[in-house]
Amino acid sequence: MLASLIRWLDERLDLEGLIAPFKHKTVPTHRFSYWYFFGGVTLFLFIIQVLTGILLLLYYRPGANEAYESVQYIMTRVQFGWLIRSIHAWAANLMIFTAFVHMFSVLFLKAYRKPRELTWVSGMLLLFLVMGFGFSGYLLPWNTLAFFATKVGTEMAGQVPIVGKGIMIFLRGGPEVTGATLTRFFGFHVAVLPGLVTVLIAMHLFFVQRQGMSVPPKIEAEWIENPSARREMKFFPNFMLRELMAWYVAMGVLGALAALFPWNLSTKADPFVSAPAGIKPEWYFLFMFQTLKLIPSKVWFVDGEVLGILGCSVAGLLWMLLPFFESDKAGRGKALITGLSIFALVYVVGMSVYGYLAK
Amino acid sequence: MAILQSNLRRLIAARAAGLAGFLAIASCLGYGQAVNSCLDCHSAQPGKLEVTPDKFSQDIHAQKGLTCVSCHGGDDSSYDPAQAMSRKAGWKGKIDRKQIPQLCASCHSNPTYIKQFNPSLRTDQLDQFHTSVHGKLLAAGDTKVAVCTDCHSVHDLRPPSDPRSTVNPVNVAKTCSRCHSDAAYMKQYGIPTDQFANYSTSVHHDAMVVRGDLSAPTCTTCHGNHGAAPPGVDKVQNVCATCHAFQAQMYQKSTHSKAFEDKGLPGCVVCHSNHAIHMPSDAMLGTTSAGVCMRCHAPGDHCDRARAEILGNLTKLDFAIKDADQAVRQAESAGMEVSEARLAQDQARDALTKARVTIHSFQTALVDQDIQAGMKIAAANLKTGQDAMVERNHRRIGLGICLIAIAFMLVGLWMYIRQIER
Repeated sequence: MLASLIRWLDERLDLEGLIAPFKHKTVPTHRFSYWYFFGGVTLFLFIIQVLTGILLLLYYRPGANEAYESVQYIMTRVQFGWLIRSIHAWAANLMIFTAFVHMFSVLFLKAYRKPRELTWVSGMLLLFLVMGFGFSGYLLPWNTLAFFATKVGTEMAGQVPIVGKGIMIFLRGGPEVTGATLTRFFGFHVAVLPGLVTVLIAMHLFFVQRQGMSVPPKIEAEWIENPSARREMKFFPNFMLRELMAWYVAMGVLGALAALFPWNLSTKADPFVSAPAGIKPEWYFLFMFQTLKLIPSKVWFVDGEVLGILGCSVAGLLWMLLPFFESDKAGRGKALITGLSIFALVYVVGMSVYGYLAK
Repeated sequence: MAILQSNLRRLIAARAAGLAGFLAIASCLGYGQAVNSCLDCHSAQPGKLEVTPDKFSQDIHAQKGLTCVSCHGGDDSSYDPAQAMSRKAGWKGKIDRKQIPQLCASCHSNPTYIKQFNPSLRTDQLDQFHTSVHGKLLAAGDTKVAVCTDCHSVHDLRPPSDPRSTVNPVNVAKTCSRCHSDAAYMKQYGIPTDQFANYSTSVHHDAMVVRGDLSAPTCTTCHGNHGAAPPGVDKVQNVCATCHAFQAQMYQKSTHSKAFEDKGLPGCVVCHSNHAIHMPSDAMLGTTSAGVCMRCHAPGDHCDRARAEILGNLTKLDFAIKDADQAVRQAESAGMEVSEARLAQDQARDALTKARVTIHSFQTALVDQDIQAGMKIAAANLKTGQDAMVERNHRRIGLGICLIAIAFMLVGLWMYIRQIER
């Protein structure tokens, strides 16, 4: 039955021709190959996000008077609503985690080098957009922590010189975080960001398919020295099946987290009460938050917070343009980037832990 | 021309320097400040006569621009004692205690005058004082009783809103106790002197001093301040009713109200005491030493049976709420969403509080209505908590089945990969 349906479609759409390139495509096999899976797992989690997000949309109502109650309704009254929301929340966090792991693995395996600069740039843009997903989605349940974290977050955007105030008002839909902010964030979360991310994912995958998987320079050198050591596997089905196994593992981890630690709803946001003590952003913003906290209020004549925000923005921009600073020739530039990569990893992990433990 | 300009600049500079020097010396000498010969002399006087500028500057009257002359008369611009304290200049000397209320009232009973400083300040203090025990005894010639300055202090009198004021709500009881807890001083009046000691153990003192609730009652809340007097024995409930309105309404309609009045018993005070009002508890309905009912009622009579029934129902609801609390808490710590039940628990607690208020009607049927309402809510919340735990277990079983299925898939995929790569 299935075979006849495929044959029917093949006669009309030339499916064989469509998948032929994938059949010939190969993936290098070496001791670092497992790092390749993190990109695919991130994509899998994004698909989960889209599917669970659509299901949540069936019941979620954006609005200061309805959002919290609608999420509460999803959690308590809707059949498997708790599971869908918990999976959506946990998958969001796991997606950001795997995106970071993917970014650092690409960095350490030097997969960003020419000719893959655009793959890196599109990947970095995707990472920023994924963090934007996290920031906008965090407010949607309209609970106390989300409300004040958004207040602090948008206030930080307001510190940017000249355009900051305008950005803050644009994000909030007014001078304060209100129901207008919620509907605006909802718009970003379910329309603007998904559209942008879909286009960028398509570009990212297209680049990967066109250029194939990068082989780390060290492995490449070993293979040049000893050509018989070169190993490859077929993309389809060998690599795809392994990727599928990784997706299953991710699904198991996600299901376990969602079932054992259902995502908390906390209390409804009340704009008229004072912020709870020791309020912190989500873990993926902690390293930036802690950095801003450690900068003195005045550095020479510049406001410390402004300096921190500008510093983080410039660092993010330079990070995105990293491949363009590395020349083809081996030398100090390459060593510097390796050193910077190690520093960045230690800094992000260290500051995140410090931010988590700090009062 | 250039020489002329240079000289002109020097002249302007010299003039500016001279002016600055003059201002500096003048400010050091206190030039420009108002002269107050009273304070200058009294700062150096011993004992009660000493009033320093620092002390007087704390006084609300000084802050509003009044001086020593405003109350004592005289001429504070003269350093000649004969002139400064001359009767001709209106000097009154030490104000006689009997005259103090009248002197204060010369401003404080004048609405037009007072309005310019504080439009919301009352101007009936003297009239009130005349109705008070203090005022009546003073009129009868007893100068030991409290007059304005005894409670409000003098020369460093602060507004009641100032936490350092002797009449700030937190300090009122202590201020009253200065006389009322002094057994020797109060001996001739034949009234108890343990009010402050009793009040210090009360729930009202706890609310006021420990928890900082300035709306909690202190001496003046029940006795009045300027018109201070003990409430009539049969009218105590009216005093308590100013805050405990629902309890008073229930009590007024109860059989106890008439019975207490007939026997000349002081209403609320019979069960709750007056100054030593402790946090009421269900034990007050019991038969232990904390119980109050059995002080009047006989064991086994109709009222004793009603008491036992009410106590039993209250205890039942209290336990039901605690059980539901535990179930909801357990579900919450397991990550289950039970916030609606947690909120509804407040309604059950409200029902228990309402039942405790309804006790003042002394009608079992009325109390039972509130008890049943609370029991219904607590039972529903208990069920929500228990259901949530059952649901939690179902989820774990579901997760286990899914993980086994995933493990099978992984093994199957791995075997298939091995097969195609062989």
